[in-house]
Order: sequence, then structure tokens, then C-alpha cells
Amino acid sequence: MLNKKIDWRSTLRQAMVPLLFIVIIALAIPLSGFSSAHLIGEILARFARDTFLAVSLIIPILAGMGINFAISLGAMAAQIGIIISQNFFVGGIPGMLLSALIGLPFAILLGWFAGSVMNKAKGREMISSMILAFLISGIYQFVVLYIMGGLIPIQNKDILLSRGYGIKNSIPLATKGALDNLWNIKFKIPGIMRPLNIPIATYIVIALVCVFVVWFKKTKIGHDMKAVGQSQRVADSAGMKVDKIRLQSIIISTVMAMLGQLIYLQNIGTMNTYNGTDQTSLFAAAALLIGGASVASATIPNALIGVILFHLMFIVMPNAGKNLTGNPAIGEYFRSFISYGVVALALVMHAYSRKKAAEEERKALHHQKAKEKLANTEAEAKA
Amino acid sequence: MTKIKHAIQGFGRARMIILIFLVALLLIAPVFGVSRVASLNDMLTRFAMNAVLVLSMVPMIQSGCGLNFGVPLGLVSGLLAEAIIWEYKLPGAKGFILAMLLGALIGAILGMLYGFILNRIRGDEMVIATYVGYAIIYFMNMMWLTLPFKNPSSVQGYAGEGLRVTISLDNHWLHVFDDWPGKPGRGVVLTIHEYLNGQWTPQEFKIPVGTLLLFAFLALLMWLFFRSKTGTAMTAVGSNPIYAMAGGINIKKMRMSSVVLSTSIAAIGMIIYGQTYGFAQFYTAPQFFTFPTVAAILLGGASLNKASITNVILGTFLFQGVLTLTPSVINSAIKLDMSEVIRMIITNGLIIIALTRKGKKDA
Repeated sequence: MLNKKIDWRSTLRQAMVPLLFIVIIALAIPLSGFSSAHLIGEILARFARDTFLAVSLIIPILAGMGINFAISLGAMAAQIGIIISQNFFVGGIPGMLLSALIGLPFAILLGWFAGSVMNKAKGREMISSMILAFLISGIYQFVVLYIMGGLIPIQNKDILLSRGYGIKNSIPLATKGALDNLWNIKFKIPGIMRPLNIPIATYIVIALVCVFVVWFKKTKIGHDMKAVGQSQRVADSAGMKVDKIRLQSIIISTVMAMLGQLIYLQNIGTMNTYNGTDQTSLFAAAALLIGGASVASATIPNALIGVILFHLMFIVMPNAGKNLTGNPAIGEYFRSFISYGVVALALVMHAYSRKKAAEEERKALHHQKAKEKLANTEAEAKA
Repeated sequence: MTKIKHAIQGFGRARMIILIFLVALLLIAPVFGVSRVASLNDMLTRFAMNAVLVLSMVPMIQSGCGLNFGVPLGLVSGLLAEAIIWEYKLPGAKGFILAMLLGALIGAILGMLYGFILNRIRGDEMVIATYVGYAIIYFMNMMWLTLPFKNPSSVQGYAGEGLRVTISLDNHWLHVFDDWPGKPGRGVVLTIHEYLNGQWTPQEFKIPVGTLLLFAFLALLMWLFFRSKTGTAMTAVGSNPIYAMAGGINIKKMRMSSVVLSTSIAAIGMIIYGQTYGFAQFYTAPQFFTFPTVAAILLGGASLNKASITNVILGTFLFQGVLTLTPSVINSAIKLDMSEVIRMIITNGLIIIALTRKGKKDA
């Protein structure tokens, strides 16, 4: 009876955030004045662009480490890979593969570093991962802005700043559309000028990564991560190397984020060298949480639904705000407010239920102790 | 035990490195034609500007709510108070003091809401605070655009829709406390002769007496507060919540009061900052205050649940020293503007060191 009640509640709580967003978006779409064909086209493109990054957050959540805001580190690794492969004038699919190959050791190294820091800050993983992203961003900027073109020779003058060292802030990519245009289907809907474009190859890659995550959860290491996520103490006494397992989850997540950033950038077409990774983790986290995930549980459907809802909101909100108030800035601020607010809301909801659980546990313990005491006194009285 | 000792030494080392770095920069400054007197004066001015903001961290750290990454709540309260006072065109010290009082009041209200949230959660206080802080900034951005402000020196353009991004304090209370008790517009200025570029040159050294006294006053109040019964109870909650509960202290109430106090002081701090800086910055500007303020108190030697006035003074001085000296000295030494990168690495590095310092999970 009790279980049933809790289950019903938790299901509602999970569905609450997505439902809320569906309502907001349903109200905003007519206000924005966008045609449904425009919206579908935008969503198809943005789904290809961002889903991989959102999925890369799932595995650390499985291991009980919360949202890995340090996926920006993976994005930085990808950008280093891109700069180097661009330096050798490699574009297209080979360029993406080369970037991934160069980015891989950086992603593993940075992921290892992030995991080690988070292991030292147990109970504070999320804030540590966030600050770590800012810290590594400083070091990344130092390397890219001062070392590249100086100590590290750069032959491609197109990506170099005119002063002779440092990489340009905005680089048109040689890998632009490499994956998207590999195989895409255009189909025309009668009555609309522009045909819809579906980048099948990118969708296949996203499907593959989803299958990978589902498969990964079923492997031995996936089960171990789940055990660690549920209780580090129990996992430890069962002989698991808790810290190592946690570290692995972060490394996998960082490598996935590296690949995700490559896909993201080939879709955008230009790379924002210095500030491009700032919002990576925010948008990915907001999308995942809007999809109904929490800090303790996240699934593939959460990521897929979340990306669609988040980006729908992202597209319609500025225009809706403009048409409603006559000021486009209001819509933009509202959209940022919602992105930050939804992350805060999801975190609060989770931390609240955790506190409730802890209190109930304490009460139960109290009860048990009282019972034992009663039994003892009764036994004594009998004796 | 040895691990803890090791960690403490590790953090002390970070502080030592910054101190040595600072002293070295001061020593070599004249070689690159950078005036030491002017640099020290900059440090002092910035200290007076930022000290109250850093002071606002203390109550929440002491009560165990952790580093207050939610400081933007206080900052926007201060800004809102300023904008409201300007509507009534109250210039000079009177307006300034009223703005601080009003800011503290708005901060207390926002702090209560925020404390209400914090009391209902367990764990992840800091990351929640960060996002609540960002969210309130963007929420207030909408407010700055839509609230019916009318004063022509505050609003944008002819249409008068929304506040300006930066508002000059020239006509309001620019430097009223900085210049006190000297002449308005000049303040208390010493002339110091310094050997620079091969000759003795007179350098002006302005002491922001009023602002420093204001900080000293607030710091004294804080010091007294933590020696009162309530203050001691608050410290007990931060250092050992189970012990505090056994002693009959209302933990929730203590945490709530600490959040209200922190947010109010942050609001006052923002107004004092503007008084010296000369501009009030609306819209996204408050988000750039959070991490430097947190890093400053950590640099002063505070931990996640212990902070003192000494930490505030030492930390603000060292941190502002790094921020003023690195651009001027390093840029003239190697002709490169690396200040932004250095700032990022130092700020966030200090926070990471503090977060990883105590390996044990909070009870």
C-alpha cells in the first residue's frame, strides 16, 4: 500500500517537469508566430546537434556522481583535436576522425583528472565539477591563446591571429557538415518552400551511442557503477574498488562529450575557440533535466525528450517574448532564466527527497530502538 | 589525521605562494616603470570596495551552509535598492545610507526565500546556490526592463523603457564615503615621493577613510555578533550540527538567520562597491562577482565551515593585490595581457583546493 503510493508520487514527480515545459511551449508556440514546418526543421537539426552531449551525462549519474558539469573538459579536448587537424588541413570525415583520435588522449587525461578531483570532494561532486570546468578553461585558454603558434608551431595561417601566435576566436571549420551531409534525406511537404532535411548519418551515430549506453548498463562494469551509485559503503564492503569505478564513469563521460562536441561543431560549422565550451554543460544538463531526469536517475528517453523540449523552448521563447511585450530581450532573458532555473529546480527537488528519506530513516531507527527498549524492559520485568 | 594535517599544509602552501608572488611583483614593479605607491593605493581602494562583499560570506560559512555561491541574490537586492532610491532623487550621503538600509531589507526578504529552500534540502547546497544565483540574475534582467522606473538618468533612451546597463553615480553619491573627511571630490590624499624611472617623483596616495571605517564598523558588528549567544549557536551549528541539536539549538532557525544576514550584507556590499567604482552595473554584471568573492575569503584561510574577520581582511587584501598587480606588472614585463587567464586560474584553483580539502563526506 505504502509502496504503491510512493511509486505513484515519484512517477508524477518525474513527469512534472516535462509536463510543465510542454504547457509553457504550447502557450508560447502560437505567440511566437513560427510555422510548424519551420519548427520541425529547426528541431530536426538541433536534435542532431545536441543529443550526443546530453547522453554523455547519463553514465556519471548512474555511478551516483550527479551531473558531470565537467563535460566541458571533453569539449575542450575536442576543440584541441580540431585545431590540430585543421592545422594539417584535414577536413571532412577524415578530419573528424583525426580530431577524435587527437582529442582522445586529452579527453582521457582530463577525465582522469576530473574524476580524481571529484573523488577527493565526495558529497560535493557537482560543484567541484563545475568549478573544475572554469579552472581548466583558464588553462585551455592559456595554451590556445599564448602557446599555440609560439611554442607549438602552427602552419595553417588561417586559424592564427594576425599577431603571429594564438588561435583566432572564430574558426570556420573544414569539418563543416561532414557527418550531416554524409547521407541525408530531403523531403518536401506540399505548401512549404524549403524541403525538410534529415541528416540520417548523424541520427545513426546518435542511435549507436544510445544503444551503447543501454548495453553498457548491462555489462559487469555497468552493474558495478549502479551498485556504487546506490551505496558506496555497500559497494566497498562487497569488495568493489569504489574510487576506480567512479573515475571510470567520469572518463567515459568525458570521452563521450569529446565526440559529442565534434558532432555539435560540424553541425554549427564554425568554432568559437574561447567561449564555446562555457555553455556546453549547462545546455546539456538543462536538456536532460527538462526531459524528466534527476540527479540520481537518468535514461535515454529523458535525454531524447529533453533535447526536443529544451530546444523548442529555445527557439520559440525570444519571438514569443517579443510579440508579447514588444521587447525581444525579455524572451532571451526568460530563456536563460528557465535554463538556469530548471537546473536549480531539479537539484532542489532531488535534494528535498533525499532529506525526506534521511529523516524517515532516522525515524524508523528511532522506532526500532524504542521497540527494542520496550522488549528489554518487558523481558527484565518478566525475569 | 595525518591526511588532514597534510591537507591543511597544502592549503597554507597555496596562500604562501600567492603572498610570495605578490611580494615579488611589488619588488620588481619599478624595474618595469610601474609605481609601487600607485599599486599599493589601488590595492587599498579595491580592498575598501570589496571587503564588505567578502564579509557577507562569513555567516553562511559559519552556520555550515557552505560557500555562498548564491551571493547574486544579495547583489541584485543592492541594485534594486539603488534604483528605487534614485527614483526619489535622494543624492549624497543621505541617499547612500538609505539605499544601504533598503538594500539590507530587500536582501533580508530574498534571503528568507532562499533560506526556506536551503532548509528543505540536504546536500548539494553549493551547486543549487550557484544556479539559484544565475536564475535570479536573469529574472531580475526581465525586471530591470519592465519595472516602471522613470528617472531620466536611470532609464534607456528617449522611450524610457528599462534601466540602462551601467548607470553613472556622478549625480548620486559618488565617493561620498571615500572622500570623507577630506574635501568632496578629492578626499584624504598623502603625497609620497618615490624613486621611479631614474628620478624622484611625487605620487598621490588617497586613503578612502570613510569606506574603510564603514567596513570596520560592519566587521566589528559581525565580530560582536559571533560573540553573542545567537552567534555562538550559529557557529556550533556549522562546526557540529549533531552536538548543536543535542544542545537544544534550533538548527533551521540558525541556518535561516545566517542566510538572511549574508544576503543583507551582500546587498550593502554591492552599494558600497558602486560608491567607489562610480557606476552601478545592471543586467548580467552581478554574475562576475560570485567566484572572485568566494575565492577571496578562501585565500584568507577560511574553510567550508569556518571563517573569521581575519580571513576576510587577509583574503580581500591578497586577492585584490593579485588582481591589481598582475595586469600592471606582468603586462608591462612581457607585453602580454594575461591577466584574465591568471585571474581565472587563481580564482577557480583556490575554490577547487578548498572543495577537495576535507575528503570526508558531510555528516
